[in-house]
Amino acid sequence: MSKTPATLFDKVWDSHVVKKIEDGPDVFFIDRHFIHEVTSPVAFLGLESRGLKVIFPEKTFATADHNTPTINQHLPVQDPLSANQLKALESNSAKYGISHWGLGNPKNGIVHVVGPENGITLPGMTIVCGDSHTSTHGAFGAIAFGIGTSEVEMVLSSQCIMQPKPKKMRINVHGQLGKGITPKDVVLYIISKLTAAGATGYFVEFAGQVFEQMSMEGRMTVCNMSIEMGARGGMIAPDETTFAYIKGREKAPQGAAWDKALAYWKTLKTDAGATFDVEHNYDAADIEPMITYGTNPGMGMGITKHIPTAKEVGGSKASYDKSLDYMGFHEDDVMIGKKVDYVFIGSCTNGRIEDFRAFASIIKGRKKAEHVTAWIVPGSHIVEQQIKDEGILDILTAAGFQLRQPGCSACLAMNDDKIPAGKYAVSTSNRNFEGRQGPGARTMLASPLVAAAAAVTGVVTDPRELI
Amino acid sequence: MAYDKFTILKSSAVPMPIENVDTDQIIPARFLKATERKGFGDNLFRDWRFNGDDTPKQDFVLNNAIYSGKILVGGRNFGSGSSREHAAWAIYDYGFRCVVSSFFADIFKNNSLNIGILPVQVSPEFLDKIFKAIEADPKAELEVSLPAQTITILATGEKESFDINGYKKHNMQNGFDDIDYLQSLKTEIQAFAANSPY
Repeated sequence: MSKTPATLFDKVWDSHVVKKIEDGPDVFFIDRHFIHEVTSPVAFLGLESRGLKVIFPEKTFATADHNTPTINQHLPVQDPLSANQLKALESNSAKYGISHWGLGNPKNGIVHVVGPENGITLPGMTIVCGDSHTSTHGAFGAIAFGIGTSEVEMVLSSQCIMQPKPKKMRINVHGQLGKGITPKDVVLYIISKLTAAGATGYFVEFAGQVFEQMSMEGRMTVCNMSIEMGARGGMIAPDETTFAYIKGREKAPQGAAWDKALAYWKTLKTDAGATFDVEHNYDAADIEPMITYGTNPGMGMGITKHIPTAKEVGGSKASYDKSLDYMGFHEDDVMIGKKVDYVFIGSCTNGRIEDFRAFASIIKGRKKAEHVTAWIVPGSHIVEQQIKDEGILDILTAAGFQLRQPGCSACLAMNDDKIPAGKYAVSTSNRNFEGRQGPGARTMLASPLVAAAAAVTGVVTDPRELI
Repeated sequence: MAYDKFTILKSSAVPMPIENVDTDQIIPARFLKATERKGFGDNLFRDWRFNGDDTPKQDFVLNNAIYSGKILVGGRNFGSGSSREHAAWAIYDYGFRCVVSSFFADIFKNNSLNIGILPVQVSPEFLDKIFKAIEADPKAELEVSLPAQTITILATGEKESFDINGYKKHNMQNGFDDIDYLQSLKTEIQAFAANSPY
């Protein structure tokens, strides 16, 4: 009997459908559920008002990250509203028997950093969290995506959500990346081509030589930003790089269970002849260090280029003008040399050890530009420890930088890490929306290398000149 | 959380012809710190609606008394960005029951349907017609019929159909949510979980 060729996405999706509803969504089973302090409290209130229990508490993991402070974490949280949310996460987790890595716990960190680094995220899983960057976990060949609070309540109470199956898109990037071109540049390049809504309605598989050669940290950066092209999520077929990353991590299978899991994981790839609704092909040689100039992640450009004109961008001229007015930029401006006030390295996009190694490779032997305020925020305590163990902290200190404590920080500015109104930030995070990093803040998204180059020169700089 | 049943909505509409309205604009992150679902409407479009000193920005559409109604009409790619359901809560709490656009971000669309806001996706041409009708008469009414799956500009009689799956349509017409439905499947879910490798 010959089997119909299937995509990686089909294999994982179809094996998680509890029930198909005619002219409706699938009842979709969730293997791992992450929760944090911001999008879970109302879901727990809902459970209580309906008198429901958490069906499988061992499949849900809580970590505090969105509004935690990144200095003085040993002291009580000053903002009473933030403190209240953190307390709610702790008490709800305790009440329902959910594992909770709160502030001060050595496993604490950004949800999409701690899941993989502790072996909770595994190939072939379905993973959700009330956070759109849950797509990060797709790097392991999992179907992972963000959900709303009503759906958090569904997962807590039934381990399922109601989801229509998205369409399928494959994005291939062929060839070799040039010097100084990072995974962040690859994904910003793809989004600039597809636009911020170009993959809406689709689940993306990233394929081709560039992703095959990429580290797990890099793959996580790419999948993390799938949502910024509108996709429900993005995934990459697991391979030896994936298996080597997972092996030995605390919650990964061990012994015979490992062998069994591995045999299954090796089947998780798109079969020859399987079809996608849409396919895009790009050449790695066309990608240069990227930076955004507008107020959505689709407004990105090669760092040596001029800001594309409204005509080149297409779409609504009024929306384009609104974006550029907000940024204080003009069409056809050169980005190189624009003044930078703040630099932020961190977030679930670029808060892993490889990102800090890249940052350190540029600042080593140089000094922070005097007028630049830099926030260096590890994605987790484990990353923080790696930064210390690998001597990166010494490089940071010598160059005039300070290391902060883990959390989402200035990526969404829920805590005190807010970029002041009108100031320019080069940020390794994922969104350059108006006010995202603080009311009036002007964000330019870029890689850790571009961030490092800006931090030492004080202006937008092509990092290839400093490598 | 229960919500109002949705059948036929006849209302004037608030126009917001901006593309890529993201959920950080709909409700900025600093207003996500509540542990209960109430009062989010006060901060709907906070930074577009108010100055830093909390005075209203006169040129923003929600501060313009000539526009009102239970329908919000937005530009292409409405609701992009964060998965925060707070964005849908804020829109609902402010008094909107329907959002019309030529294109919605997926998570926002899901969240809206889950809390009783009907997202109506129309063609770019029809969206333009709606904006023009409101420009001609700020009180121009739209009629959104969920049973018929149509949206009509009452002044001109121009009409377009929209898609919604049968399951969600039934839920919205009756004010049901998915949580109750999933509870009814508990035995099947338990059996499924027993065979899961994870």
